[in-house]
Amino acid sequence: MDQLFFAAEVFLNGLMTGVMYSLVALGFVLIFKASGVFNYAQGVLALFAALTLVGIQQGQVPFAHLINAIFGTHVESFGWTLPSIAAIALTVLVMIGLAILIETLVLKHLVGQEPIILFMATIGLAYFLEGLGDVMWGADIKTLDVGLPQGISDSVEAVTAEWFGYGFFIDRLDIWATMIAALLVAALVAFSQYTKQGRAMRAVADDHQAALSVGISLRFIWIMVWSIAGFVALVAGIMWGTKSGVQFSLSLIALKALPVLMLGGFTSIPGAIVGGLIIGVGEKLFEFWVGPLVGGATENWFAYVLALLFLVFRPQGLFGEKIIERV
Amino acid sequence: MKRLTLTALAAAVALTAAPASADLIVPNLSYRTGPYGANGTQYADGFNDYFTLLNERDGGIGGELIQVPECETAYNTEKGVECYEATKEGALVFNPLSTGITYQLIPKVGVDKKVLYTPGYGRTSAKNGKVFEWVFNAPANYWDGASVAIKYLLDENGGDLSGKKIALVYHNSAYGKEPIRTLQELAEKHGFTLSEIPIEAPGQEQKSQWLQIRRDQPDYVLMWGWGVMNQVAIQEAANIRFPMENFIGIWWAGSEIDVTPAGAGANGYKSMTFNGVGMDYPLYDDLKTHVIDPGKASQGGEHVGSAVYSRGLYAAVVIAEAIRKAQELAGTSAITPEQLRDGFENLDMTDERLTEIGLPDFGPAFQLSCANHGGNGMARVQQWDAEAKTWNLITEFTEPDNEVLDPLIAEDSEAYAQEAGVTPRDC
Repeated sequence: MDQLFFAAEVFLNGLMTGVMYSLVALGFVLIFKASGVFNYAQGVLALFAALTLVGIQQGQVPFAHLINAIFGTHVESFGWTLPSIAAIALTVLVMIGLAILIETLVLKHLVGQEPIILFMATIGLAYFLEGLGDVMWGADIKTLDVGLPQGISDSVEAVTAEWFGYGFFIDRLDIWATMIAALLVAALVAFSQYTKQGRAMRAVADDHQAALSVGISLRFIWIMVWSIAGFVALVAGIMWGTKSGVQFSLSLIALKALPVLMLGGFTSIPGAIVGGLIIGVGEKLFEFWVGPLVGGATENWFAYVLALLFLVFRPQGLFGEKIIERV
Repeated sequence: MKRLTLTALAAAVALTAAPASADLIVPNLSYRTGPYGANGTQYADGFNDYFTLLNERDGGIGGELIQVPECETAYNTEKGVECYEATKEGALVFNPLSTGITYQLIPKVGVDKKVLYTPGYGRTSAKNGKVFEWVFNAPANYWDGASVAIKYLLDENGGDLSGKKIALVYHNSAYGKEPIRTLQELAEKHGFTLSEIPIEAPGQEQKSQWLQIRRDQPDYVLMWGWGVMNQVAIQEAANIRFPMENFIGIWWAGSEIDVTPAGAGANGYKSMTFNGVGMDYPLYDDLKTHVIDPGKASQGGEHVGSAVYSRGLYAAVVIAEAIRKAQELAGTSAITPEQLRDGFENLDMTDERLTEIGLPDFGPAFQLSCANHGGNGMARVQQWDAEAKTWNLITEFTEPDNEVLDPLIAEDSEAYAQEAGVTPRDC
């Protein structure tokens, strides 16, 4: 009986972890949906956004190392600590500015190029942003505190202990992440379905040339999509950064999003969520049941195996659009 | 003309950048970028600053300036090997701060005749100098760390660990797997149950592993982690309310950056260490006068006194002392790598010498020889005070259980000798 409760606890935690994966996957989906580009830099965007948030919140002088090295000064801090909301708002502005720069300096010059060229551009962008983040904010691990609670939920533990005689562990941060992800997805779906800009975004996704012919500005849409992806990256960066501190390995969370995308499809916002949940639950249950028999540490590879299994039966992913090309 | 000027300028820069031929060259294979850059930066700064101090205050060692050309490995084994190849010309000794890079360099340094110094990391059985002529890993290795941790737990439990449950949470890599064999032997000897819990690198997601710990309820958790794995593990331990005083990391899971993200939740967490922390040592007066205040500190001196900075500095201290001994034995200041190897093999780091250097009780006293490249393996335990944000040393230096370790070292090094075709030296 205990094993059943343990499995139920693992299942619930798998769902919560899946939501965290979905937050990263959403950024990929948004950009792929609107431009057909697989944005290799999405993980680095999350890192850059989180670094910027901590820097702004703690009043860190950007490029302080560089300034001090060139001018022999000792500037480190502006001496303020901003409220989280203000810091998040300013970071969103920075991410919008970054989207404008990416569009102006990179994407604009690549209109009409093959998707592989745009993909290569995002690889370059990833390395550039990682270096920029390092020079701008330093390589130290930074503590991120925007007021999100962490640790075991006492109420969940108490209720489950009363019901089953075993108190389940659920991290309060994961509960918040789930609520935020639900709000985010609802907002994104509403935006793409019911607003003029959202419909324009979908039109661009369907056919660039046709969208241009009816007067939709491709450049505006790209800036908008990269801005939204930047915002989603900020949310992912906050959730993951709260847990581990903001550090350069944060960019590697993109690796957790890839199987989610393979499974859920590259073009579906609900797919990113459902894919995340399946991967989260699948890898956790596999680790729980099979991990001890094979020495553990199965999660990283099993997520990909699971995604590949789905690909065999639905190459476009669960919610992806079926591509039919006639010869 | 313009091209000619540029070529001349480039040549001039190249010549200026190259170390003067008479200088002693100690390359710093560092990592300041990538997922492990936060740790690597602090270590590299400590390493650089001690040699800068010797150059600025004493004019080097024995009149020879020490050149410390830095090469970025990003904690990547392939890049580490490239860095070794790029900097080995004229170099005396390498300290790559990576077990993966160390494993690749061990056969290479034997061919190139360069010293490889891997304090507290690398291949544990390199302690056997008969087999690993060019590799040194004093003052302590991973097996020493595991054994001293168990000795500490024995002390905490009145000398009896029978029936206790100890979990090992480890980085699923060559580094993380190093203590397993030792802990298995110690479990058999002392009657505790060992459970092994691997975490896939980099270690940002550890929910399954900590749920398992919550279910199994081990009495103690030991951790062999590095980078983001440490911060997440400490946070997850706090999340499940695992008693922090029963959670002990190896020295590579014992820096300020490992515990600060978890805030108050990390209070009471312990780790092994073989070096002191903080700036409460006389050496720091000189460091301030000659390196920090004149603006010559590596990267602006931001991390001076931190745990990992101190470990980098300690590695430089041991290398500098080996150079000094080598100069004394060879009767010349411009030593070769062979002479440095002899310097290491005759190194006697006494408490008195550490006090003379300005680092009293900073590291353990140890003596090396042709056969013993690892010293006596002494380590101690430190505990994190989250409110004061300081590490406090809570034990004296303690010797490991050599009765268990010596046969393991002999077995592993002999296996390497057979595999690599090395004839053990007679010493």
